[in-house]
Amino acid sequence: MKPAPFEYDDPQTVAEALDLLARYGDECKLLAGGQSLVPLMNFRLARPGRLIDINRIDSLSGIKRDDGMLVIGAMTRHSAVEHSTEVAGGWPLLTEAVGWVGHGQIRNRGTVGGSVAHADPAAELPAAFAALDATFRVQAKRASRLIGWEQFFVSEFTTALAPDELVVAVEVPRPQPGVGAAFVEYARRHGDFALGGAAVTIKLDAGGHCEAVSIALLSAGPAPVRATSAESMLRGAIVDQASIRAAAVEATRGLRPTADLHGSTEYRLRLLQTMTQRALIKAAERAKATP
Amino acid sequence: MTRKISIEINGRLAEGEVEPRLLLADFIRDVAGLTGTHLGCEHGVCGACTVQLDGRPVRSCLMFAVQAHGHRVATVEGMAPDGDTLSTLQQAFHESHALQCGFCTPGILMSMEAFLREEPDPSPASIRAALAGNLCRCTGYQNIVTAVRLAADRMQSS
Ligand SMILES: Cc1cc2nc3c(=O)[nH]c(=O)nc-3n(C[C@H](O)[C@H](O)[C@H](O)COP(=O)(O)OP(=O)(O)OC[C@H]3O[C@@H](n4cnc5c(N)ncnc54)[C@H](O)[C@@H]3O)c2cc1C
Ligand code: FES
Ligand code: FES
Repeated sequence: MKPAPFEYDDPQTVAEALDLLARYGDECKLLAGGQSLVPLMNFRLARPGRLIDINRIDSLSGIKRDDGMLVIGAMTRHSAVEHSTEVAGGWPLLTEAVGWVGHGQIRNRGTVGGSVAHADPAAELPAAFAALDATFRVQAKRASRLIGWEQFFVSEFTTALAPDELVVAVEVPRPQPGVGAAFVEYARRHGDFALGGAAVTIKLDAGGHCEAVSIALLSAGPAPVRATSAESMLRGAIVDQASIRAAAVEATRGLRPTADLHGSTEYRLRLLQTMTQRALIKAAERAKATP
Repeated sequence: MTRKISIEINGRLAEGEVEPRLLLADFIRDVAGLTGTHLGCEHGVCGACTVQLDGRPVRSCLMFAVQAHGHRVATVEGMAPDGDTLSTLQQAFHESHALQCGFCTPGILMSMEAFLREEPDPSPASIRAALAGNLCRCTGYQNIVTAVRLAADRMQSS
């Protein structure tokens, strides 16, 4: 047996889970798909005294439309997002992004809520949610609140969640009609965490000018980065090779991705530029192809 | 604190009273006695421990046995129809030399069996993509791709 001993509860309802969180707070950890937490426990890098397993709470999983918005329950598995026709139809950026998460076997267990709560700076879904201006529905026994992605992701593996709070769902606004989206990343091996990547949405007018654009980067800093100055540079401009190139350079200005054995800061910056460029080109092509 | 659990493994109920920290992989091997499921990395990377949970391939090193209580698990031992016959996929692995030391094989079979259910006529490229979650140090993968394709052909013609 590898993990250190822990107490274990598997509540059937959100209310029971919130009771347990209120009672144990800091001493406990939520167990969702376990695809990030259990490896840490197997190596005893994490030794939570108590686990609250939320896998038996059916109401936390599912993909719904709510007033045009997409609402993804926290316990929805990555593979459910990957295969959802609802998501592919209205939010293809998510379909493309989630396909990059680990391997099929990981996606069968890993969850959307776990991925955002874990807040790995190299994770795909947080960057995609940043590009789509998503909001997280969060509940505690004492109160519920909505947290925008920008406030939610604080730093690496750090979110704005209090110890007694549970992410219950992600709300993703509907992209405007005619928006093209693309997610690209580069990793050393298929299924590895990305060394750099970009999630982009773009809308063009009839003359090929950029009407709206969002650019989010992963593995670019401690949290997902929205390249707002590159976005404003592109907005109103003709979208061509030159403006895309310039925006990609602007997108990484001021970033200092951490160097490690897979790549220097300099390499990672160049990679992020290339990823941004490719994502913009792909998204613009798709925007042209959508009526 | 221990818990009484029962898990349906390959159609048979396996029961035990276990600590919550017991991994599903260790339950399968040590409590149910089914040692075909192998453990390599124990952090989700190598795929040797892959089993099917309610029909879908998952890492048994990243689940606790208590979480599988009341669920259905399939392991490599359940594949062959009887003691003398291999399943179509196993037979194709055997004929194509898709294994050498065999350490990775149970996990690969569990992944590929589920993959062929979803995609009965896969291209070599999509077989390779589906194999990405299983590491093999011996074969170089070529013969595994050949075997999966051979199995697909035989399943379709039968
Ligand atoms: C081999 C391998 C490769 C991987 N590759 C990638 C990859 O390329 N990209 C990627 O993004 N991920 C990757 N992952 C991680 C995977 O995506 C995880 O599923 C995800 O990061 C965490 O989700 P989970 O449901 O497994 O969460 P868990 O591991 O169960 O939990 C993670 C953390 O979030 C907390 N938590 C979980 N749910 C909630 C909630 N609803 N509210 C509040 N807190 C919560 C937990 O307490 C824990 O601290 C990989 C994992 C493995 C094993
Ligand atoms: S032992 Fe489970 S993936 Fe390696
Ligand atoms: S046959 Fe030896 S690891 Fe695959």
